[in-house]
Amino acid sequence: MSQAVEKYRNTFLREVEANVEEGQWVKMCMQCGVCSGSCPLGPHWEHPPQEIFMMIRANKREEVLTSSSMWFCTSCYNCIARCPRELPITHIMHGLAHYAQRQGLAPKELPTAKFAKRFWDNLLKKGRVNELQLGLQLYFMNGLAEGIKTSLKMQKVGLGMLKTKRMDPMEALGGHGCKDIKGLKAALNKAKQIEETKAAKALERLQSKS
Amino acid sequence: MTNVVATNQTILVVGGGISGMTAALEAAECGKDVILIEKNPSLGGRVAQLYKYFPKMCFPTCGMEINLRRIKSNRRLRILTLTEVTSVTGDTGNYSVTLKLSPRYVNENCTACGACANAVTAEFDNEYNYGLNKRKSAYLPFAMAYPQRYVIDSRIIGTEEASKAKAACPVNAIDLDMQVQELKITVGAIIWATGWKPYDANKIQPYGYDRIPNVITSVEFERMADPLGPTGGKLLRPSDQKEAKNIAFIQCAGSRDRNYLKHCSRMCCTATLKQTTYIREKYGDEGKANIYYIDIRAIDRFEDLYQKVKQDPTVTFIKSKVASITQDKSTGNPILNGVNTEGYQRYSTPYDLVVLAVGMEPSVDFTQLPINITLNESGFIEFDPKNGGQFAAGCASDALDVNRAVQHATASSLRAIQVINKVAGAEA
Repeated sequence: MSQAVEKYRNTFLREVEANVEEGQWVKMCMQCGVCSGSCPLGPHWEHPPQEIFMMIRANKREEVLTSSSMWFCTSCYNCIARCPRELPITHIMHGLAHYAQRQGLAPKELPTAKFAKRFWDNLLKKGRVNELQLGLQLYFMNGLAEGIKTSLKMQKVGLGMLKTKRMDPMEALGGHGCKDIKGLKAALNKAKQIEETKAAKALERLQSKS
Repeated sequence: MTNVVATNQTILVVGGGISGMTAALEAAECGKDVILIEKNPSLGGRVAQLYKYFPKMCFPTCGMEINLRRIKSNRRLRILTLTEVTSVTGDTGNYSVTLKLSPRYVNENCTACGACANAVTAEFDNEYNYGLNKRKSAYLPFAMAYPQRYVIDSRIIGTEEASKAKAACPVNAIDLDMQVQELKITVGAIIWATGWKPYDANKIQPYGYDRIPNVITSVEFERMADPLGPTGGKLLRPSDQKEAKNIAFIQCAGSRDRNYLKHCSRMCCTATLKQTTYIREKYGDEGKANIYYIDIRAIDRFEDLYQKVKQDPTVTFIKSKVASITQDKSTGNPILNGVNTEGYQRYSTPYDLVVLAVGMEPSVDFTQLPINITLNESGFIEFDPKNGGQFAAGCASDALDVNRAVQHATASSLRAIQVINKVAGAEA
């Protein structure tokens, strides 16, 4: 295959379509820019969603997956509400972030990534988010000193919650879980399996075409 | 005036805009009996509300004038203004149609002298100028109105105002006892030339048409540019009546957006290109036009206009759909916020005036009428053999520019003529 053709191959778009949640929508973007202009965090990310979609189509795999941009999404849904083509942009951003994480390409030291990882691990333990443990983990995420500082700052709030019985200190020791944790894990495993089969099939199709 | 003679060899044309006039005239000039009805007090429709129309940038009064002359010299065409269709039953070649005729309160004696308008004081929003100014309660809809006859606004009937108007009339043309009439007619074919209306810009929440005075629609801008319009042809900001020289146009305001209108309205890009020439006409090199677009869809031969406007150094094209409009409170300037697709730079740019190039939607919601006709998902009339002897003409069928609407109306006229010929046994 000639180099020119190689240059315009959209293998990454196909990869995204196969592996990223709602990835099949990426090709529908018409580059109007409303999502980027509507994003409240827009000025802070390197590549706005519109640009990410174009980069995917331009085969810039490394640049997209190692980018911190999609990790900035706070799920405000402004972009989805305004997109003239009804692209589920928020979901695609999270899908891309998740895929980058699975590929081990997500940048380290991202607060949102760290939070997501802790949230998920916490949830998996007992099928229910233990808010006390998760909260403490986040306080101490960046070292002991900062953890103590944050704890002291939040002291009043914590005591107030204790008084009004909004927080049970015993939860820190282990806490309660959901009724059927085995069932939940089985369901999650099944979902993972389905995803993997889908991705494998897509990869097969991709290879047979090229 | 209501003793309209119609038979199943008559064609009914609904809507007296450029498409309806064309369809009616083409059929009448082919020797068919035609009834043309219009819900407003005058023929002319949306085209009569334009300052100029493309591609030749001529004044619509010219095109109107030709059609009016054709109307006046044709004996087979009957025109009923202030008339609407309330129901249609029957089938191809034999439709029974019920019409509702609203009173004008002015009869054929009227010489359009204007004495009644001078006598009254009550004023209402001027529909012809999209409510940008007021008109008297006894009024001529616009300079080229046909018929050239005044109208008494029904809202003053029963008040002293109405009596004042009646007393002022030197030719006894005002009849305040006119009532709403119902008329049942039989026709062979129906042409729906019900046209379009501008999309309600209030629905586009981020653009603030409802709360920022200096955000206006393209149809309002069109009226402003007209020397016979509400500002005497000056481009004035609604907030402070200062001349607007740095003007932004937002394309696809409502169109091509699944939240508003799914379809492309097709003529807005060219209309905006045309409107940039108004700015040049008023200010020369002093004015500035800035067009925010997704992509310019200047269809077929209008590409020339696009190339011409592109070469104008006072016109800037910015490839971006504006995300939101805010207002600078101290100056009243609308500020456009968004990201430029060519380079992905963020912008927040103030302008004197912002014009929303609003899309076209069908002016009649046929789903709300007892009329059996096939519609597409945007509410326009679809060409469907199931429609029998009912045809759409012009913008009732799709978002079209004047040129295409007229072509389409001629085609519809031919279809209706074929139905009538079959009824008459002149065609198999």
